[in-house]
Amino acid sequence: MAKQRIIEIWVGLFVAAGFAALFGLAMQVSNIPVFQTTEGYDVTMRFENVGGLRERAPVTMSGVRVGRVKSIALDERTYEALVTITIESRFDRIPEDTSASIFTSGLLGEQYIALDAGGTDWYLEEGDEIALTQGALVLERLIGRFLTSMGQGDD
Amino acid sequence: MTSAPADKPSDVLVDVKNLCFRRGGRVIFEGVSLQIRRGEVTAIMGPSGTGKTTLLRLIGGQLRPDSGTVTVLGQNVHKLGRDALFRLRRRMGMLFQSGALFTHQSVFENVAFPLREHTDLPEPLIHDLVLMKLQAVGLRGARDMMPSELSGGMARRVALARAVALDPTIMMYDEPFAGQDPISMGVLVTLIRRLNDALGLSSVVVSHDVVETSQIADTIHVLSEGRVVESGSPEELARSESAWVKQFMRALPDGPVAFHYPGPSLEDDLLGVR
Amino acid sequence: MLGFFALLGRKTLDSFGRLGRATLFLLRALAGLPSLLPRPTLVIQQLYSIGVLSLLIIVVSGVFVGMVLALQGYNTLVTFGAEQSLGVLVALSLLRELGPVVTALLFAGRAGSALTAEIGLMKTTEQLSGMEMMAVDPMKRVVAPRLLAGFIAMPLLAAIFSFLGIMGAYVVSVATLGVDDGAFWSQMQSAVDFREDVMNGVIKSLVFGFVASWIAVFEGYDCEPTSEGVSRATTRTVVHTSLAVLGLDFVLTAVMFG
Repeated sequence: MAKQRIIEIWVGLFVAAGFAALFGLAMQVSNIPVFQTTEGYDVTMRFENVGGLRERAPVTMSGVRVGRVKSIALDERTYEALVTITIESRFDRIPEDTSASIFTSGLLGEQYIALDAGGTDWYLEEGDEIALTQGALVLERLIGRFLTSMGQGDD
Repeated sequence: MTSAPADKPSDVLVDVKNLCFRRGGRVIFEGVSLQIRRGEVTAIMGPSGTGKTTLLRLIGGQLRPDSGTVTVLGQNVHKLGRDALFRLRRRMGMLFQSGALFTHQSVFENVAFPLREHTDLPEPLIHDLVLMKLQAVGLRGARDMMPSELSGGMARRVALARAVALDPTIMMYDEPFAGQDPISMGVLVTLIRRLNDALGLSSVVVSHDVVETSQIADTIHVLSEGRVVESGSPEELARSESAWVKQFMRALPDGPVAFHYPGPSLEDDLLGVR
Repeated sequence: MLGFFALLGRKTLDSFGRLGRATLFLLRALAGLPSLLPRPTLVIQQLYSIGVLSLLIIVVSGVFVGMVLALQGYNTLVTFGAEQSLGVLVALSLLRELGPVVTALLFAGRAGSALTAEIGLMKTTEQLSGMEMMAVDPMKRVVAPRLLAGFIAMPLLAAIFSFLGIMGAYVVSVATLGVDDGAFWSQMQSAVDFREDVMNGVIKSLVFGFVASWIAVFEGYDCEPTSEGVSRATTRTVVHTSLAVLGLDFVLTAVMFG
């Protein structure tokens, strides 16, 4: 029976190690969305074009991450992109007239939403909408516009 | 064929009727009928390859016959559902030719296996029961050995202790004497008879060892080419007039079963064109 | 020429027959699972021989695969000045592909072959028959615990493999290649998604564990009861498991990340 006991201990260690590894992968290697979506408040905004923005992309303010993109949908009435972001609840003093823009980190990197603080004493709350937005810059359009203006310049 | 006196039906534990069995196109049994009676040691004999082991597997319900019936303890084995068959098997013990001991478990654990599987007995009681069974086969001292450390004869005795652990009604022995030295053969011969009488079992011994089997059997059925060629007590068979039975019982090298396997004549083989 | 078609036909019929037997076998084994509930010892015993005894090879391979990934990835990434993303590269390759797949392949070689040989030998030495004659169903007593243990052990082994691989890559990147400690983790954390990457890897290894143990126990149970039959079945286990794992990996990847 002593042998059986040793086997049980080993199996116990094995299972514990397996779950510890899984836990380590969850906590250290990835960011569990479950923990983040719960503690925060949702704010919506509309963009003319979201470009390559994805769900779970970072939302920053002055370069500091304050939240994540929760969902991206199409408003079928206005044909604008309806983006919902979740801001961590510790950042609860973000002015209501804050503006949002979609930027690209680096030349070809991931796209994110940057918030620029406004000046009122009223703060954003759950369900509010940010009115001032600046959509993504789409490279092709930019080039197109540039070429057109070049062409006009020649005349 | 000897005409057996009409017994009371309850005396017949195993009743095999008109059994036909084929494997891969080869006919193994062609209308075998025999009975095994309570309290007796019944031997089924015949040369190797006549399907004696197959007969045991048919009785145990591990194989299905093509036609005919096998009735064990009043139940038609091949009509039973899985659960009923397993319940019936608890009343049958079988000693395999190889012993079929679990190689990763000690002798003690091997004998304890059927008790642990089929009973909820407390550990001390299992301990005592196992030691009693091992005592009966004379191997109480070997309880902590592993099957790989046992000699062939000892392994078979351990398997025997395991087979009788649940006190079966019928014990089946598959070639219990094959490949044993004279001493362990003698031990097994006495054990089979002694267990049969002491525990009130009925035993079926499948064997081709004429001398040993004749010592302990009450009834012998001789099988050949898919049929029972003769049945009777060892004495009756020894006096048999049948040339075939004579050859088999006295171990004569030549007779109806030719020494030479059929083939072209020696002259043709040696002088023929290569 | 006709002989060729006859051979092809026979092989095809054979493999369909095997597939059918394997499916019936699986159903019977699954039906035996509830009988394990009152007897967890049987499963623990198998977790030991399948899981614990495979730990050594999993630990060693995990660490080394991670270290090699880091070295190779660094050489490529450094030309783009993107060596900060080394952690991302290592973590994603391990979690999505290498962890589940390499673990399953090692499992087939270490535990699967042992399972097949063990059951095959039990069949050859009439232990399974003996069990049946003792009114014990080998499906419940022998096959079901091994199937369940393989199913449980595989994701745990894969998690250990991936975790240690990332640790191995971390040590190599930070200690010898000079990648920034903070960047290694933070880049990894922002790129690796728990549900998308970690959980999908776990799902993969659950599938692999199920298939690998199924093949291993079936081959053992179905083998020809001779020493040659057992050795052939053992080989088949390793080959079939590897092929099945690679094929399934393609399908699963297409479904999950496609």
